[in-house]
Amino acid sequence: MAGPSSSKSPEIQRALPGHRLEIGPERPLELDCGAALAPAVLAYQTYGELNAERSNAILVFHALTGDQFAAEDHPITGRPGWWEVMIGPGRPLDTRHYFIICVNVPGGCMGSTGPKEINPETGEPWGLDFPVVTIADMVRAQLRVLDHLGIDKLFCAIGGSMGGMQALQMAAHHPERVHSVIAIATAAHHSAQNIAFHEIGRQAIMADPDWRGGRYLEAGSVPRRGLAVARMTAHVTYLSEPALHRKFGRRLQDRGALSYGFDADFQVESYLRYQGASFVERFDANSYLYITRAMDYFDLAADHAGVLAGAFRDSPVRFCLVSFTSDWLFPTSEAKRVVHALNAVAADVSFVEIESDKGHDAFLLNEPEFHATLHGFLNGSAERLDLPTGDLIPLELGERDPSEERIS
Amino acid sequence: MSRAQPLSTPTAGSLGRSDLRLIAELIEPGSRVLDIGCGDGLLLEFLVREKSVVGRGMELSQTGVNASVARGLSVVQGDADTALSHYPDGAFDVAVLSKTLQATRDPRAVLRQLVRIGRRAIVSFPNFGYWRIRLSLLLHGRMPQTPSLPEAWYETENIHLCTLLDFLSLCREEGIAVDHAFTVRDDGTPKEITSPTLANLLGQDGVFLLRRD
Repeated sequence: MAGPSSSKSPEIQRALPGHRLEIGPERPLELDCGAALAPAVLAYQTYGELNAERSNAILVFHALTGDQFAAEDHPITGRPGWWEVMIGPGRPLDTRHYFIICVNVPGGCMGSTGPKEINPETGEPWGLDFPVVTIADMVRAQLRVLDHLGIDKLFCAIGGSMGGMQALQMAAHHPERVHSVIAIATAAHHSAQNIAFHEIGRQAIMADPDWRGGRYLEAGSVPRRGLAVARMTAHVTYLSEPALHRKFGRRLQDRGALSYGFDADFQVESYLRYQGASFVERFDANSYLYITRAMDYFDLAADHAGVLAGAFRDSPVRFCLVSFTSDWLFPTSEAKRVVHALNAVAADVSFVEIESDKGHDAFLLNEPEFHATLHGFLNGSAERLDLPTGDLIPLELGERDPSEERIS
Repeated sequence: MSRAQPLSTPTAGSLGRSDLRLIAELIEPGSRVLDIGCGDGLLLEFLVREKSVVGRGMELSQTGVNASVARGLSVVQGDADTALSHYPDGAFDVAVLSKTLQATRDPRAVLRQLVRIGRRAIVSFPNFGYWRIRLSLLLHGRMPQTPSLPEAWYETENIHLCTLLDFLSLCREEGIAVDHAFTVRDDGTPKEITSPTLANLLGQDGVFLLRRD
């Protein structure tokens, strides 16, 4: 196991592969909370080639604990990229034709400015002095990357879960910057139940004595137990009862009988402990607080007197909403709410519900019908813009099954 | 690099169902069209490609929706009985409801919605007054099965079948103007209705172009 903070030191972060956009004080990142971040860094990764017209760019928004390494082996964990099944030659986001951009959100911990980076005013890690960021802030920050790359208008913006929130935010507030938007397993606001689960995770982190009021980096400690419990709770919400049952049932872990104690008797317990422990190695506890908060604050209808349709009036954007039957974190009813709002303004919208028993995490997995639908939607959009398209190449999942550890 | 190819580019002939060919002819090129109960998107794709309409679809079955979206069409999963109320007045030039009215829970309410959200509505349905249906019931005393209504009574989704005369009478009650009315004969040819009583006997399907009066 790696040392407590070896994978998270700023020196290692700066050595990460990929691109860095440095934001100077002349034009800081303006945040909803009133703060202005500068200097700041946005770490991003790209796949495929930008065409001469700069018209083939797709911005991929990552989810809560995802990052910019969407389609390559992760430089820290060594595991396949979180959306390798979606991005690549012959995949729905086809790198033979499209230029894919994925940016680590501000507040994150994979190279973009966040609570574990150094606060230039104090020379210490930001900790809880880092300003609270919102989904709108995340999207505005990513527009800066598009400005930097000279991309006026995206071919498509796409994301699942928190990434889907950003996609909807992009469509609602920056419709001139994007032709089509795909929002997967997401909602136009975070529900009370989802805020509740996030609060459990945050309380677990803050209850860990090693959290030290958020000043654990200076103390050389890591709130491992708290962050692991947060992850374990969240992980259950990403699955479904049938998926858990299929994977583990009541099977025992490396033993023939119950121990009459509190070891991980059951496979599902052992699995969750592993998920928690491995998460701590790659994710920063304070980042987890900040990013969950951004999701909680998200409510697209709030700026329109609670009427969601107001967010999309006269929208020229072509929308695709996707939900999964067994997703109880962002259920189909949430997607339908968005669809009804889009219908109310007669927007161009497609909506598909995909049959899957894999819960919320289905959006990260090899779901052929899901991929075929996205491919069709993207082809339809490409035709309208006279962009080239290609055929899907069926996935062959080798020995590296990326479904072992998901990062919703 | 290849240009996007649809699953199969439909031609008027490949629309198959003769009511669909007639509907396609009734729609002006370039209009905004909502096809309710669009199935796997055959008609909609034809309209988008051949008549350059701005096309949207609604379909109840998830397999139909997924197939339509995979064709590159803009289609949402939805139920004609409940989802039409979300659209604003006059959102479309034409709202199409082909062979779906008889499967809705409340055909009268659906009809009202159609002429509200579409400046025009096109409705087609199997005519239960068709002579073969009348004869079959008269001679055999069993629920009729015809090419237009192939399912047995216990498995059909058609819970609100009607005759052409029934439909015209409902339109009158609702203040809905019938601009054009056609029947589709046994051989698949459309015929503008001149005598409703005769059409009600000879027409297998009815196709109506409607608007709110």
